[in-house]
Amino acid sequence: MTASATKTEHGSDLEAFRAEVRAWLKDNFPPALEGIVPMMEGGADGSHAADLATWRDRLAERGWGAPHWPKAYGGAGLDHAHVRALAQEMGRVGAINPIPLLAGMGVTMVGPTILEYGTDDQKQRHLPGIASGKVRWCLGLSEPNAGSDLASLSTLAEDRGDHFVVNGQKIWTSGADISQWCGALVRTDKTVAKHKGISFLMLPMDQPGVRTRPIKLISGASPFCETFFDDARAEKDDLLGELNDGWNVIKRLLQHERASQTSAGGPGGKKKASALHEVAKRYVGVDSAGRLDDPDLRSRLTRHLMDAAAHKLTAERIAAEAKGNPQVSAAASIMKNSATGITQARSELMLEIMGQQGFGWEGDAYAADELAIVREWLWGKAISIYGGSAEVQRNIISKNILGLPETTQKG
Amino acid sequence: MAALNEEQSLIRDQAKSWVTEQAPVRRFREMRDARIETAYAPEAFAAMVDMGWTGILVPESYGGSDLGYLTFGLILEELGRQLTASPLLASGLIGTSALLLGGSEEQKQVWLPKLVDGSAILTLAVDEGPRHAPTKTALTAAKSGGGFVLDGSKAMVLEGMAATAYVVVARTGGAAGSEDGLSLFLVPAEAKGVSRSARSTADSRGYADVTFAKVEVGADALLGKLDAGYPLLDAILDRGRAGLAAEMLGTASQAFDMTLEYLKTRKQFGRVIGSFQALGHRAADMYSGMELARSCVEAALQAIDSDADNVAELCSLAKCKMGDHLHLVSNELIQMHGGIGMTDEYDAGFYLKRARALEAIYGNQAFHRERYARLLGY
Repeated sequence: MTASATKTEHGSDLEAFRAEVRAWLKDNFPPALEGIVPMMEGGADGSHAADLATWRDRLAERGWGAPHWPKAYGGAGLDHAHVRALAQEMGRVGAINPIPLLAGMGVTMVGPTILEYGTDDQKQRHLPGIASGKVRWCLGLSEPNAGSDLASLSTLAEDRGDHFVVNGQKIWTSGADISQWCGALVRTDKTVAKHKGISFLMLPMDQPGVRTRPIKLISGASPFCETFFDDARAEKDDLLGELNDGWNVIKRLLQHERASQTSAGGPGGKKKASALHEVAKRYVGVDSAGRLDDPDLRSRLTRHLMDAAAHKLTAERIAAEAKGNPQVSAAASIMKNSATGITQARSELMLEIMGQQGFGWEGDAYAADELAIVREWLWGKAISIYGGSAEVQRNIISKNILGLPETTQKG
Repeated sequence: MAALNEEQSLIRDQAKSWVTEQAPVRRFREMRDARIETAYAPEAFAAMVDMGWTGILVPESYGGSDLGYLTFGLILEELGRQLTASPLLASGLIGTSALLLGGSEEQKQVWLPKLVDGSAILTLAVDEGPRHAPTKTALTAAKSGGGFVLDGSKAMVLEGMAATAYVVVARTGGAAGSEDGLSLFLVPAEAKGVSRSARSTADSRGYADVTFAKVEVGADALLGKLDAGYPLLDAILDRGRAGLAAEMLGTASQAFDMTLEYLKTRKQFGRVIGSFQALGHRAADMYSGMELARSCVEAALQAIDSDADNVAELCSLAKCKMGDHLHLVSNELIQMHGGIGMTDEYDAGFYLKRARALEAIYGNQAFHRERYARLLGY
């Protein structure tokens, strides 16, 4: 197999790298942060703030916040095999890289797109801030009347010589209220077909022309905002890609987004007790043969676990076929829908398993993880809507992969 | 497609071009119409032997090439695409696996070279009733003199009419339904007391019901351990399941390709029907399902090759996911083709009929979900 050939070639190099990472983690990872996932606000709770800041800065110093990025822009220039090794070694000690979370949309989407489309000046000005986890980015894409039909957006950017003046409203901007920069899709030409008059602008959030308002969701959380641009200013130097070529820029960015949304079932899998069938055994009980005491649930649970296993094997296969150099590809649509379906099915099964404990909102009658699951379940309904809905992904697969003709219906 | 090495790519390409040129589904139709009792074209199997496919799993010292199950799966996938009938899976994979896993040195020396050169066809005789249920084996093997006497019957033996010998699962102890007390025996088809009759099935492939009436065999017919044959049987079956899943992958791929082609060419209401979103989304889901199922099949074959400790889990996963997927695709094949898919003249029906047989053999989806749950401990 090719995979084993690659292993022998780079094996010794990788092993040395692993040893280096292990030693470094021992000296630099604050043990108090083991398993701690930083929230948008900066810490799981306030108590870890100082440790998190230290950990973030130490990682950034090595370029390990965005390890696959070039060194010149704050990364470590690592290839896929080394990035994986780094992640595995960090996983081994329960160390979570907070930088992709702290940078909002920076590491996963805006950064990779700047790397592809940006000028050298743009790369130097924007990427190091993202890679250090100190500059958070949001994305201004959807509008109240431009959801799945994103290209019909109407936020307008007018050319004023050395800068643009932006007017309009964006919606579902994640973390806009706590971001320093925004990557926004704007209309720069109203006279041409809708896809052809769009540009991608980067603009600072801290200016008088930008206002945000959090949106409260059915889960009770407010990860999204509405963002209003009233004569907001974006410099000409911060136009990403060519003028009126924003649709191509965003298509690429959305592929990066899908690629970042293709892992199913969250960061779990570390603790065996959290495996769905173990939870089911605790709540539902087993019969004398050790089988889950609800044959109907048991069968559907098995379907779900098989789906999850198939998804995981497919992710591994895609990585192996790309020979350690995964390309962001059309397969991202398949994997996004698969991940979405699995994550949502998991939440639904979890609720069903918990029975009457499965719809608590708050209070002492429920364990903390019971309450968390209810919120996760509700929040999870968003994942088949954002980043291109499940239906939009099916359109992409049928059109771009299968080559079926476009639906000709016009609104 | 798994990351293949050069040899694997060559074999896959060879299989693809041979199947396409020499054994397309038209040949299967001819075979069906000729009502051949063994249900395959002998010259096709002879060509497979010549190409070395019966020796893919067999070590070089016994005349094979020892290329492993993933490689075998590549061939089965191509055969599945054109529904090419032959004893390759039943004998070249399953019978051969039985000897590789359970055979004594002497048994291997006697049987393997003959399986490789095609002069022997060895198939597994396991099920006795309508459902795949190895533990329900009732056929008995009683000690007699220095050997055993087998008494009972087997149903739906794969390539049972073509077989020159059987690996017979027999009860030598324990109660019906128990994993204990099962033993495996190598029994020549020409042994006194063996009789067989061909089944006529919707998929027009070779199956036989085989009766063993007081069949005497020597002690050297025992394959593996007496009374403790179940783990061996399970391992043989898992290799068969992974092989079946590979064939199913090919059958489903072809059914999907035919459907996609039709969606791009058939016009109704003044446009090709593939431009209707109601069909495009279903095609997208089928394509996604195929990619996910393929990963399971390849992982199962690779796990066998690397002797991983989760072979059983992955084989059930592969057979089940592939079964669900093939079920869907074979139904959509007919539905999306509309009326023409219902005609015998068109090939679509062959794929639908074969799909259900492949799903049932060695455990349908329900069987493997049950097994998967048991393996995971809930």
